[in-house]
Amino acid sequence: MHKIYTNISQISGDVITVSAPDVGYMDIAQITASRGASLAQVIRIDGEKVYLQVFAGSRGISTGDKVRFLGHAMRVASGDDLLGRIFNGSGEPLDKGPVLSENMIEIGGPSVNPVKRIIPNKMIRTGIPMIDVFNSLVESQKLPIFSIAGEPYNELLARIATQAEVDIIVLGGMGLKYDDYLFFRDILKNHGSLSRSIFFIHTAADPTVECLLVPDLSLAVAEQFALSGKRVLVLLSDMTNFADALKEVSITMERVPSNRGYPGDLYSQLASRYEKAVDFDTAGSITILAVTTMPGDDVTHPVPDNTGYITEGQFYLKGGVIEPFGSLSRLKQQVNGKTRDDHRTIMDTMIGLFANYRETLEKQSMGFHMSSWDKKLLNYGRLFEEEMMSLKVNIPLEKALDLGWSLMASCFSPEETGIKKSMIEKYWNKSAEDR
Amino acid sequence: MKRTGKITKINGNMVTAEFESFVIQNEVAYVISGSERLKSEVIRVRAKSAQMQVFESTTGLRVGQEVEFSDSLLSVELGPGLLGQIFDGLENPLPNLAKEYGFFLKRGAYLEALAQDSLWEFTPLAKQEDNVRPGEKIGFVQEKIFKHYIMVPFGFPSHLKVKNIVKAGKYDLRQVIAQLVDADGKTYECFLKQSWPVKIPIKAYAEKIKPQEPLITKMRVIDSLFPVARGGTYCIPGPFGAGKTVLQQLTSRHAEVDVVIIAACGERAGEVVETLKTFPEIKDARANRPLIERTIIICNTSSMPVAARESSVYTAVTMAEYYRQMGLNVLLLADSTSRWAQAMREMSGRLEEIPGEEAFPAYLESRIASFYERAGVVRLYDGSVGSITIGGTISPAGGNFEEPVTQATLKVVGAFHGLSRERSDARRYPAIDPLISWSKYPSFINADIVARGHEILRKSNEVAQMMKVIGEEGTSLTDYVDYLKGEFFDSVYLQQNAFDAVDEATSKERQKYVFDFIYRLLKDKFSFATKEEALHFFQSLRQLFRGWNSAEFEGEEFKRIEKEIQSAIREKIISE
Repeated sequence: MHKIYTNISQISGDVITVSAPDVGYMDIAQITASRGASLAQVIRIDGEKVYLQVFAGSRGISTGDKVRFLGHAMRVASGDDLLGRIFNGSGEPLDKGPVLSENMIEIGGPSVNPVKRIIPNKMIRTGIPMIDVFNSLVESQKLPIFSIAGEPYNELLARIATQAEVDIIVLGGMGLKYDDYLFFRDILKNHGSLSRSIFFIHTAADPTVECLLVPDLSLAVAEQFALSGKRVLVLLSDMTNFADALKEVSITMERVPSNRGYPGDLYSQLASRYEKAVDFDTAGSITILAVTTMPGDDVTHPVPDNTGYITEGQFYLKGGVIEPFGSLSRLKQQVNGKTRDDHRTIMDTMIGLFANYRETLEKQSMGFHMSSWDKKLLNYGRLFEEEMMSLKVNIPLEKALDLGWSLMASCFSPEETGIKKSMIEKYWNKSAEDR
Repeated sequence: MKRTGKITKINGNMVTAEFESFVIQNEVAYVISGSERLKSEVIRVRAKSAQMQVFESTTGLRVGQEVEFSDSLLSVELGPGLLGQIFDGLENPLPNLAKEYGFFLKRGAYLEALAQDSLWEFTPLAKQEDNVRPGEKIGFVQEKIFKHYIMVPFGFPSHLKVKNIVKAGKYDLRQVIAQLVDADGKTYECFLKQSWPVKIPIKAYAEKIKPQEPLITKMRVIDSLFPVARGGTYCIPGPFGAGKTVLQQLTSRHAEVDVVIIAACGERAGEVVETLKTFPEIKDARANRPLIERTIIICNTSSMPVAARESSVYTAVTMAEYYRQMGLNVLLLADSTSRWAQAMREMSGRLEEIPGEEAFPAYLESRIASFYERAGVVRLYDGSVGSITIGGTISPAGGNFEEPVTQATLKVVGAFHGLSRERSDARRYPAIDPLISWSKYPSFINADIVARGHEILRKSNEVAQMMKVIGEEGTSLTDYVDYLKGEFFDSVYLQQNAFDAVDEATSKERQKYVFDFIYRLLKDKFSFATKEEALHFFQSLRQLFRGWNSAEFEGEEFKRIEKEIQSAIREKIISE
């Protein structure tokens, strides 16, 4: 039997203070207000004063409302019963299915012992050359998609999700537009993947703070599946909303902000979520793809900046394409040496030349004379954008490498590419013959 | 009598406890929660309440729970068996934790850092009646490829006499190997191990001397242009994705030192795993033994508790000092010092201290300075010399070097290897920007030659900037050739292919040889009719050079390509 307290002494932002003895730090409480019940979490204890963060927001809470401590930290059900189910940001069913209370696990569990991890070594093929060739995605990688609002990031996320060979997909939506939620649901349904998917959806219409639990819920569930040997893909959209909710709570708690109002522990907060990505020694894996929208396309904004330091690279989505500069997969070296011996050469050379093309474009826009080298670069750049960069392209890696050789052969002489002679001898003429 | 207290406040990983008798600043305390004992450190005392940072998650702690004070400062155990190990920030051996508790790091689980019952073949050096002082070598055991000296514990009084010492033979870490007496006849016992508080530097040496000798990292841009001295300090700031960690990993593999200590501080677990799994397989060229045998990894990755992150760099540097005391050259790589600074910031915020710039505490600078000051070359009492070189990466917010951690570090280090986004975007690795980096240490390459290298890079950059404004056609042919020379130097010498078995590491001799070759080439005058021709010449020269870089030094292939390059140059050169 849990005691009920009715002496709320302070309501500030979405944080309330109640007097109660013997409460565990981070414990969950239920608040029953006239508007309905909401979950709340203990975020500070000062003697008998207990500070609670109310997930549904404090609007409408009266100082006489009932607070009931559940005596444990936040939990979520786990196991196969969750497959195909849709929940809200507090883990309650949004579909018409039953409330689950089997196999309850605590969320935000401890960190994996690094020695129980293995070096990631399996490439996830996406059919997108800008990923497969230039920034290969690897199983157990944590990778955000940096983009500005309005870019097709959810489409990209969904496309990778449906094309990737994984056992289970967990979608954590934070501040997701309702349309986007429906889009994810329909696309997974059409693809026949809904029965192996689990949704934790916090929509833009829900109280901001409620999205704070979404990453932990999604990842706790994913972790259970991974431990049982499943390969799990977790999609999180959009982590900037999560960071903003952290900011809101932090300001309410009167903590000293570090950078643009964000709390000093933003890095640690994000890291403890992203680091859940893992390839277990003798069990399954978790791969995390997350969307981070950049306010004002500013990569130095605290959210993308801190994210970039945590994740293993990022896909930078701009103008509807994955931008080669700024995009990076840190784990690509684990896999791209084992695909085909020209993979790395193609990757380095084509990007180097594309960088030169960008410089030439700049010169051109300033009205400078275009040398014959410049003209070659312009031709190359145009072809590269059309045939490689466009997200419409959907070809396997090997085809994309062949395409790379023929693109270069149609624009340059071998020595202009700076490629080692041995490589040229092996592939250059072959691609010339193919044409 | 055990001193205890009771929890009164909990805020994140900071817990406040009321105590009765007294507490010691920075002593270790244990928070007792059911069957768990959570380690913490006292960081502030106010009247009868002690504020402690808990090295674990505080979930579920309650007001009224007991806190036990331990009397000892946060310390590490030092002794044979450290090499090849991987510890967390509090010196818990991670492989043993995994054996005991499985996939996850269990809260409140602490294990002995060193295997107490492993036997070591001990050879005494000191004799009965010898006068000894702290740090003096009284014997040794063989640890991997090193003579691991057993020293008089650094915390003992300064004038001691050997009362007795065991004979050569096998001993474990629990056995007393020597007894020492002070002037008053008080006896002190020595074991194969000793312990030392991490936040206090070990000073049991005769004198600190100036770092002079270059530390060969086999990275051309570092050794030739921005060298690091043995016993020196350097920092690598750079935006994310610029290759800080890769650079550190390469250094840890190739640097010519005895012991490498890697402090993975608040960074990705995946990167540590890579070191962990590959080091046992890579052979150290000099000793022909696996690299891991001369490496210690201190690993406190970003999802592990923040407070232990703060202590992890101290744990690492204390171990470095311990091996230095044996007369070894130690390299400490800290990745990343920004995460350590952030850990200080988090704690400072919880203590509600008045914040400095970007909410970092006011003592940030002095903490950074005193950390790097633990590097250096020292002459030990027996005349032998040991050193600690510290290289720290910095992850500046937004890649902007004008932030507190970078600025505070630049004041105290001897070399600065600044990584730039532009270079990494253009895949110019290592992305050390030659235009902003500097080093106060001497290079093994003649200073004039190095100066010429810097000059051509500067000139090339100037011309490149100018060309952006006036265009290629407005640039004179001489300027254009200078621009190409700089670009050429950059792409074949400064850039190094970490994925090429040969190019990955360049020996000192090869660097001298190749730099000299390029130096002559940079000085040479060429006859080109057009810019087009010049561009084409340097492009094909670059291609040849890249092949040269991946040919074994002084091998057949190396000589063949060298001839090819020479003949290509001869065609265009204007003889003087």
